[in-house]
Amino acid sequence: MAKRTGIEVSIAIAEAARQANVDVVSAYPITPQTHIVEHLAQLVADGDLDAEYITVESEHTAMSACVGASAAGARVFTSTSSQGLALMNEIVYLASSLRTPVIMALANRALSGPISIWNDHSDVMNERDTGWICIFANNGQEAYDLTLMAFRIGEDRRVMLPVMVNFDGFILTHVIEPIHIFEDQEIADFIPPYEPLCVLDTDNPITVGPVGVPDVYTEAKKQQEMAIRESRPVIEEVFEEFARRYGRRYRPVETYRADDAEIVLLAQGSVIEAAEVAVDHLRDQGKKVGTVELRLWRPFPFDDLREVLCSTSIKQVVVLDRCISFGGPPGPVLSEVRSALYLEKDKPMVVGVVAGLGGRDISLEEYVEMFEIGEECLRTGKDPGEEPELVKIVGLRE
Amino acid sequence: MSVVQRPKEAYLNVFAYRMAPKEEFFTRGHRACQGCGPALGLRHIMKAAGRDTIVVNATGCMEIISSPFPYTSWAVPWIHVAFENAAAVASGIDAAIKALQRKGRIPKKKTNILVIAGDGGTADIGLQALSGMLARGHNVTYLCYDNEAYMNTGVQGSSATPFGASTTTTPAGRVSFGAGYWKKNVAAIAAAHDIPYVATACPSYPLDLIRKVRRSFELEGPAYIHLFAVCPTGWGTPPELTVRMGRLAVETGIFPLYEVENGRYKLTVDFPQGLRPVEDYLKNQRRFRHLTPEIIQQIQERITAEYERLKMMEKVTQE
Ligand SMILES: Cc1ncc(C[n+]2csc(CCOP(=O)(O)OP(=O)(O)O)c2C)c(N)n1
Ligand code: SF4
Ligand SMILES: [Mg+2]
Repeated sequence: MAKRTGIEVSIAIAEAARQANVDVVSAYPITPQTHIVEHLAQLVADGDLDAEYITVESEHTAMSACVGASAAGARVFTSTSSQGLALMNEIVYLASSLRTPVIMALANRALSGPISIWNDHSDVMNERDTGWICIFANNGQEAYDLTLMAFRIGEDRRVMLPVMVNFDGFILTHVIEPIHIFEDQEIADFIPPYEPLCVLDTDNPITVGPVGVPDVYTEAKKQQEMAIRESRPVIEEVFEEFARRYGRRYRPVETYRADDAEIVLLAQGSVIEAAEVAVDHLRDQGKKVGTVELRLWRPFPFDDLREVLCSTSIKQVVVLDRCISFGGPPGPVLSEVRSALYLEKDKPMVVGVVAGLGGRDISLEEYVEMFEIGEECLRTGKDPGEEPELVKIVGLRE
Repeated sequence: MSVVQRPKEAYLNVFAYRMAPKEEFFTRGHRACQGCGPALGLRHIMKAAGRDTIVVNATGCMEIISSPFPYTSWAVPWIHVAFENAAAVASGIDAAIKALQRKGRIPKKKTNILVIAGDGGTADIGLQALSGMLARGHNVTYLCYDNEAYMNTGVQGSSATPFGASTTTTPAGRVSFGAGYWKKNVAAIAAAHDIPYVATACPSYPLDLIRKVRRSFELEGPAYIHLFAVCPTGWGTPPELTVRMGRLAVETGIFPLYEVENGRYKLTVDFPQGLRPVEDYLKNQRRFRHLTPEIIQQIQERITAEYERLKMMEKVTQE
């Protein structure tokens, strides 16, 4: 049976990789990911994890070595943050294109500059279109559970894609939470050894990563797009099996007190739990509010999101972005939510705010302010900003 | 072109090549230019590496010409990921094989891991990944085929481009004589990592090349081989003279053939009767045709000094 233990979230994530019995770990240190990779190195040093730990000289090499090891048939794990992910970018795109199911724990941190080691989502949003399955955890238990599930999802023969599990740097990585850690045997049953589809094997030579002439490139990309779309049922299967085995149910889109809500705040990551406190507070005042969490970011859960937001009591959505799309919509989550609803007849209004950049805390009052922006939008029927496209930052010092 | 005066062993070298393995692992159908030195080298290299080899290819001419989907010239497992990371990908493969063999998930057998990368992918953009791989001690042979420029993208200068060469980014012009810097010595950088084996080689000396590739795999740990590879297209040399140009580079001391095994230097092809003047090598190439006698003299002095230093290293380390 699972034991509930007080454990640092980073350590729990590293334990998940150990329990998945990874063969190769290839990672480069960066705050706030460091405790994860340090713990893995110690596990290898103590003989508690039979893996090769590659002390690479950069994140670019970390991801390149992951791709090489995966192509050679190994179960591989890496972890990074911010600048590290940005440096990896070229090979992040290749990992999905070459269909190597690398598992990455991403401790979300702001991108420089100015340099900031603190949390927001500018790192992951920069990698939005790299073809990875991308999932958000909002607490330590979820980070542990989703890391375990990532192996099952990515390595499934029907999927064969890399998976990125996101959790907020410091806010989650460096806190001690009570987490149910499973017995090793339970995980051994849940995550069987990796059976790669095609490997670099001298008895059966294959050519991996050939030139994509114009005659084939488009078809290769179409196949990749089909692969990530077709991962949806597998993701839900794994969520379902996890719920059956362990009793915790995950959904691509999660809600809190949204059933009869008129205004919902939609966000990703640890802010959701804080926003729920604001919801309870406003509910006490009789306001019909709730939250919606976009847990699955890629593949984008269009149907689930429409089911939650359209033809329901929800009249107004306030999207909280944790990064700015400069000169753009102005938040990536906002623009995607709006576009997902565009063709719906019976849909709520969607307004966007940005908050919590580079580690700026979001107070209870500020969550309340976000709901008030939603209220005003609902009352007047239009975006309350000076211009709808102008970024509305909550918590900005004037 | 003048007839090249060769020592007797060199002739033996050429004829004994018939004894090299018949099997091809870098096979027909690739799209290299006529007289391509790197492609010629690859054929020998793969004969030496053999069937139990995984090749990691960096972006560049050899990758492009050998893998236009759905065709492949590779009869061994081959992977290309990107330009600057071949050493990193190879590190991952090495780690995977070690872990999977230890865990009994794949059979225990010796597998050669061979990186093939150009001079740009090695001396410039891939130098960090190469250094990391050598420093970590992976069981990988890294072979850089040095055609002295970024050929695949149209003959731009790399840090392995020789002094005075005209390339598309170091063009000779009214006020410039071409590349104004000296060729980066990557073999020396590799040797500074104190790895078991470093060698230079040239397809014009096939048996020397084959022996060195084999030796690199016999020794446990990382190895680096720097292959001087004539590129008729980029250099402006007649394709039918590729082998001769390689020999001239060696005979003039422009590209000495040596190896460094566990710190001991050894010239594997030497010319006791002395080196030919560098001009013999320079004069037949479009990329050097603008060079003045003064610049050729400058090159001669540098090459003579470098060769002396190499002989000294041999003397010092063999004692
Ligand atoms: C990150 C990155 N930068 C630039 C390129 C463009 N590029 C592809 S091959 C190449 C030149 C390769 O030169 P070299 O390594 O010497 O090999 P060669 O083409 O001469 O065989 C360049 C610049 C690339 N593919 N990736
Ligand atoms: S450009 Fe040079 S190196 Fe490239 S294929 Fe042609 S001859 Fe070979
Ligand atoms: Mg080159």
